[in-house]
Amino acid sequence: MNAGFLLGLAWRSAWNRRFTLALTVCSIALSTFMLLGVERVRTDLRSSFSSAVSGTDLIVGARTGSVQLLLYSVFHVGAATNNIRWSSVEALEKLRGVAWVVPLSLGDSHRGYPVLGTTAAYFEHFRYGEQQPLALREGQRFSDLYDVVIGAELADKLGYRLGQRITLAHGTGEIQLGADHSDKPFTISGILARTGTPVDRTAHISLEAMQAIHVDWVAGAPLPGMKIDADAARAKDLTPRSVTAALVGLHNRAAVFSVQRQVNRFGDEALMSILPGVALDELWDVVGTGEKALLLMSGLVALVSMAGLMSVILAGLNERRRELAVLRTVGAGPWQVLALLALEGSVLTLAGIGAGILALLACGLALNPWLQASFGLTLHLGQTTALQWLLLAGLLVAGWLASLLPAWRAYRLSLADGLSPRI
Amino acid sequence: MAARLLDVQDLRFAWPGSAQDCLDIAALQVAAGETVFLHGPSGCGKSTLLSLLAGVLLPQSGRVALDGVHWGDLGASARDRHRVDHVGYIFQQFNLLPYLSALDNVLLPCRFSPRRRDAAARSARSLRAEGQHWLSGMGLDAAVADKPAHMLSVGQQQRVAAARALIGQPGLVVADEPTSALDEDRRDVFLDLLLSACAEAGSALVFVSHDRRIAPRFGRQVSLPQINRAARGLETA
Repeated sequence: MNAGFLLGLAWRSAWNRRFTLALTVCSIALSTFMLLGVERVRTDLRSSFSSAVSGTDLIVGARTGSVQLLLYSVFHVGAATNNIRWSSVEALEKLRGVAWVVPLSLGDSHRGYPVLGTTAAYFEHFRYGEQQPLALREGQRFSDLYDVVIGAELADKLGYRLGQRITLAHGTGEIQLGADHSDKPFTISGILARTGTPVDRTAHISLEAMQAIHVDWVAGAPLPGMKIDADAARAKDLTPRSVTAALVGLHNRAAVFSVQRQVNRFGDEALMSILPGVALDELWDVVGTGEKALLLMSGLVALVSMAGLMSVILAGLNERRRELAVLRTVGAGPWQVLALLALEGSVLTLAGIGAGILALLACGLALNPWLQASFGLTLHLGQTTALQWLLLAGLLVAGWLASLLPAWRAYRLSLADGLSPRI
Repeated sequence: MAARLLDVQDLRFAWPGSAQDCLDIAALQVAAGETVFLHGPSGCGKSTLLSLLAGVLLPQSGRVALDGVHWGDLGASARDRHRVDHVGYIFQQFNLLPYLSALDNVLLPCRFSPRRRDAAARSARSLRAEGQHWLSGMGLDAAVADKPAHMLSVGQQQRVAAARALIGQPGLVVADEPTSALDEDRRDVFLDLLLSACAEAGSALVFVSHDRRIAPRFGRQVSLPQINRAARGLETA
């Protein structure tokens, strides 16, 4: 048989039903979009989550749960029950095998964004993602006591620029408790480049500045009648008394367990140290239910869309029963009818998947800045995961099978109907 | 008597799952070029008999031979080939692929059957001209030939279907109530054209209808209930 003629026939038949078929392609495109999109978001969510800290061998804090320590030290969520003394931080630096210690002091905020007191070592040693160091988008690190370096999201959301003066509030959270540090305003000296991690939401000041704004405070409240203004505070002893946690880097990663043991047995104070990777995994186990829900949703979406595809083709088949019977009377064999339908099904599936991928890419390009700004989530659309390929292959096979079933039914019908279809 | 084109002997057919025979016919012959009017009330098995004659269905027992070839001796795809080579078919309605032009619809059997393509080409015209010839034989002018089928009236569609059944001059044309959707005037014109075109093609015509008024125009009239012993058995039971 003349294959070219059959192809032409398939095309003209399809063109004749182009609106129904366009709907089918749209539904396949939509399910491709959903499946790949959900999988992409899931993967990038996990990677942006686990990229929050890297290059740090141990996180040290007061005794608490390891997930809790990770949450407040890295994600700046929640509060520490206890601080660690400055002397302990100094002792940490002297431990054998320790290369660097970055103290972290938390507890204040600026319009809901956390304020982190730290040292210059933070900018040297902190790593996120795949060992990426922090970079300044504009300006420089804090040099003056009242300098602040803010994260990219904080800067963009609040529209801050270099040199602008901001005040910090005591405590975390949006709600002002009436107690603030407006007497000691800070000047924005630098804005960090975007990282997609909690750093973007953080205002960084020096430990001395942290001490200075609390110099006239005791136990979380300003001392009545004792007001020390910003310049006077500069003259005070600004050595920090305590910090919230510390990031520790080692000369040799192999020593991590021995250092961890030494910290956990620290004599002067009850300390604990955690391996960030292990704690991240534990934390992911907690929030991972959401991930599993997403995966389940993907599966359901796939199932529903395949069923939709099949029902669209099956419904279209009744409409075509007459056409197929005519083809049979003029000599088309049942196999040719089967081939015609299977060809149409696979072309529709391919077109739908192609359209879905294009839509995903277009959407990703359009929405990435917004996703980044509102959720700190960067979609890596160029990257593909093994599961994505599996899903694509699954879609292709399912789409093709979904078109084969109606083709098979058409084949059976064309045999049973004979030349006069009973409709 | 001319050569037997169709030869039915001791045919028995029952639909699957049915205990009762639907058709039980001792003998039925159609000669080459003969025109046969097959009538009977609705549901008496006329369409089923047509399907058996065209080799779409196979009888449980007995012989149905077309052009000397017994349908039961052929495999499924050989039956498909033999059918398109030797049988032209006209339905009650909806005969055409709506997205093809009238002429392309007429040429369809030539696309699938080399034998009918060769027969059409033997008349020393191009395939297109041959299609036009049968269209004009059915009273349709060249302007209709290039119109898409869905733009045609029902009467025009039936004429295109007849032209398609006749192209390549198959031995047998089977028409299953092709005039039931036409009014009286159109029906008569259609019959005139169909009968003269069949005569020109030398094709035998088996024409099924319940409309007895047109019966005299055919060479022979066959009443299905009379030749169907299964129906007689039902009446006496």
